[in-house]
This record gives sequence, structure tokens and C-alpha cells, in this order.
Amino acid sequence: MNPESFIEQAKRAFAITKKDIRIYYLKGPVIIFGLFMPLFLFLAFAVGNRGLSMPFLISGLLAMTVFFTATAVSPVIQPWEAQARTLERLIACPITMRTLIAGDMFASVLFGIGIAAVPIGIGALLGIVPLHPLLLLAGIILASVCFSALGLLLSTPATNVPSNIMMLSSLLKFPLVFISGVFIPVEQLPFWGQVLAVCSPLTYFTDIARYCIMETNTFPLAVNFAALAAFSVTFTLLAIRLHARTVSRRI
Amino acid sequence: MKEAEHQEDAIIANDLRKVFSEIIAVDSISFTVHKGEIFGFLGPNGAGKTTTARMLTGVMQPDSGSAAIFGHDIVSDPIRAKQRCGVVPETANAYTDISAWQNLMLMGELYGVPKHYAEERAASLLKALGLLERKDQKVQGFSKGMKQRLILAMALLHEPDLLFLDEPTSGLDVQSTHLITGMLRELNNTGTTIFLTTHNMDEANRLCDRVAIIRKGRIAAIDSPERLKMAIERLHTIEVSFDPAQTADDPTTLPGIKSARREGDKWVITTEDVDSTIHAITAYGAEQGVKIGMLRTLAPTLDEAFLRLTGADSA
Repeated sequence: MNPESFIEQAKRAFAITKKDIRIYYLKGPVIIFGLFMPLFLFLAFAVGNRGLSMPFLISGLLAMTVFFTATAVSPVIQPWEAQARTLERLIACPITMRTLIAGDMFASVLFGIGIAAVPIGIGALLGIVPLHPLLLLAGIILASVCFSALGLLLSTPATNVPSNIMMLSSLLKFPLVFISGVFIPVEQLPFWGQVLAVCSPLTYFTDIARYCIMETNTFPLAVNFAALAAFSVTFTLLAIRLHARTVSRRI
Repeated sequence: MKEAEHQEDAIIANDLRKVFSEIIAVDSISFTVHKGEIFGFLGPNGAGKTTTARMLTGVMQPDSGSAAIFGHDIVSDPIRAKQRCGVVPETANAYTDISAWQNLMLMGELYGVPKHYAEERAASLLKALGLLERKDQKVQGFSKGMKQRLILAMALLHEPDLLFLDEPTSGLDVQSTHLITGMLRELNNTGTTIFLTTHNMDEANRLCDRVAIIRKGRIAAIDSPERLKMAIERLHTIEVSFDPAQTADDPTTLPGIKSARREGDKWVITTEDVDSTIHAITAYGAEQGVKIGMLRTLAPTLDEAFLRLTGADSA
């Protein structure tokens, strides 16, 4: 066995994924921030904005749910591990930082993909069926990867207090929801809002969801996918680099 | 460092140094741990023991210097170095939201142990450490001793050639301490090299082939426990009794003896050379036609050696 081989490290990343799913995914903050928070935001907007169509709101709910869920767990796994004193044991194992990040990220991606079934199911109950399901699935997968990587990037500050990271994460996530076309179409935002929308990865997934559900889009589909891919790569590489620097300071 | 030259050594540390915010935690220390030995790492709180262990296990990178585990540099070749090691960190915990068995299987997967072998090994380790009946229970219900035994089992699942233990029996009950030290002896008998960081002098004295004493980030001494104890005292004390107690001549005239006084039915003798004096005493007994009823050397304890070498006794 060559412990450095790609296959061996991939197996070990998957072990980390299984551990994360078993341990972290049923914790209260994940359910609250990942599922209930977007659902209540959706209900608030659905009640308050009677002019918006239900397909518009469902596509927004889908984007928001995947975003909130994929970024709910990944930022707090390492602070949780540090606080529970399991991190030192984990990083003493023969795994690279890439493996550790990949394992945490994959768990988050799976959760993001799984949770997407909830808003799609709500839409189906209301008679809203995706017009391009395969394209939507591809968008959900890529968006989950991108948002999970963003979550991991948010957890790089060397703290072992999960609530500190959750605060930082909420500080970024909530403003992003309002400038990414989830509740207000990007075209209706003021100029500065449109500039910010271009910088938000959530904008591109919201646009994909809207195209797949109601066939309207702000950016060309290729641009949406390319932007999400570019954000994913950037966030992942930055997360690996920064975690390698800060991980020993958590212990 | 030429890796091939040192394959026979388990650990080679060269000028390891670590600084935290201008505080020198480890100050250019060098030492070697031979394959198959139990090496104790002793020092007062804040001396740099845990930082050294963390650098050797790849948890923390040294600011300068190098360390090799069975020839694999821990910075440039960390995966192969870590693959050979089992680690029981000082403040570590098992995952409390999953069972003991799931913790062990996770370790098996992280070290690339085939599943069927990991299951066999986990069952045997849990049995040896008295945890088999609790294997499916969540770890959060375990006592401190049970958790520590589980962490040891987790470190041993992949049969490491080198085991790092940082204060493994600190604060544990007698049963857990006994189980853990017993298992360490068995492991060492089967060839596992052990790097043991401990405050427990008695444990170090009983288990270790050699100990290093670290003080303010620097190594104050490295030697076997007995030699360290001997090295700190120039004069040693020997107690001896003869049967019958009365002899024609006093042993005060024996060569090498600095002083001898009678206390009850025994003689208390001080000498610089324990070996020569014991030989002289046995020859004296034969010459006088008396039996030696009791003979013991009163060497300093490892505690005393530790206090002397770390300067704590002069504080």
C-alpha cells in the first residue's frame, strides 16, 4: 500500500466524510441554519411580496437552501473538532491537508445536494416542476461544491469556538442573499447592487435555478457554470492553503 | 539528513526549534530514539515536551531543524512518517457522538487498514483493554480511564512501529493505569518503539530504557534511569547487615569507603564507587566467616535526579 497515492488518500477523505455525516449533520445549528432559516426567510418574502410569482420564489428558495445548507456545516467542523479535542488526533493521521479539506467538503456537498430535494418537493406540491431537471441537478452539484468550499474558507481563522465562525459566516451569508437575485431580480438592483451581485457566487446558482424552473435568466448559462467553477477552484485552493497555515494554532 | 543512514533509528531529531510569540518553546534540541526502546521524555510543565511531541508527530511544523521517523522526514515526507506511528496526544479525545467500534473503524480507514483485518484487530484490542462489552456504546458515556484506553486502542489499530504517548496515564484510575502500562510493556516486547512523555517518575523509572530530561526547551540529560540517578550523587549509600552481627574487624577499613557507621544491627556505608565497595563487602564477609544478611544500595530516586537536573530543587 502506498499511503500517498491518490486512491488511498481519496479513500481516507471518504472516511472523513462518513465521520462528518455521522457526527455533525444532525447537530442543532446545522438544521436551524441550513433548513429552517431559509424556509422562514422564504415564508417572510412569500407573504410580504405578493407580486412575485411562485416559480420565482421557489427557485429563490432552492438557491438559498443549498447555499445556507452547504455553508452551515463546513465552516464549523474544524472549530468543533478543536473544541472537542479530536483535531490533533486527526491531523496526526497520515492524511494531507487536501485530503482533510476534501473529506469535509464532500460531506457538505452531499448534504447540500440532499437538502435541495426539500424546496424542489415544496415546488412539486405547489405544481412547479423543473423544466430542465438534469441541468438543475448539475447546477445543484456545482453550487454545493462552491458553497462548501466557501464555508471551509470561512473557517480558516484559528479559533476553536464554533460560534465565532458562525457569526462571521452569518455576517457574510445574509447580505449575499439580498444581493444575489434571490428575492429581488438582479436587473432591478441599483447599479452598485448589480456590481456586488456579479461578485457573489450565489447569483450564478440563483440564475441557473431560475432558468431551470421558469426559463428566465440574467446571464448566459455557460457564464453561470463557468463562474461557479472558477469560484469553486479559488475557494478550495485558498481554503487548503490557509488551513495548512492555521490548523496547528487551533490545538 | 541522509535517510538511508538512519533506518535503524526510530526517531532522529536534529536541532528542533519552535518559537511562539518570542517565547522559545523548544530550543534546538537533538536526540535519537533507537528502534525497539522505550524512550521517556521528562520535564516540568512548560518545558517543551508536548511541543516536541507535536513536531515529531507532524501536528506542528518546526521553525528550524529536522526530524525523521524511521528515515522519513516529518516535514518533507509526512505521510510515510505518520503511517508508521501511533499517537496518543495529551489532550486528545475520541469522537464522543459515535461508538467505540466506529471510532476504531474510522482509524482503520484513515490508516488504510483492510476492513476485515481492522475488525479482528479492533475486537482483540478492545478485549485486551477491557472495553469489548462496551464497543457499541457511544463514547460520551465512557469514564476518563475508558476513553484513554480507547484512544490507546485507536493508536494501535494499524500496528504502528512507533508509538507516541503524551501523559498517557495522567489522572487515571489504578485499573486503567495498570492496563495501559501492561500493554506498553507487551508492545515493547514485540518490538514496538515507544516515545513516552510523562510527569510520572515512577512510570518512567519502571518502563523506560532511556530518558531525556528537558528543561526550558533544552535537553538537560539523556541516559538510562539508573545512570541518571547515579550521576547526580557523587557519594552513594550502602546498607549491609552480617549474620552474626558481631565481626572481629570493623568494615570501616575496607578500601574505597568514605565512612561507615553502625545503626542497630546494620552498617551504613558511604562510598564513591558502589561496584568496588560491594565486591569488598562480600570479600570481607567471606574473610570474617559471616553471612551477609542484607545488602542494599540507597541510590537517589529518579525524582531527585529530575529535580536536580531541572533545577527545581534549588528554587
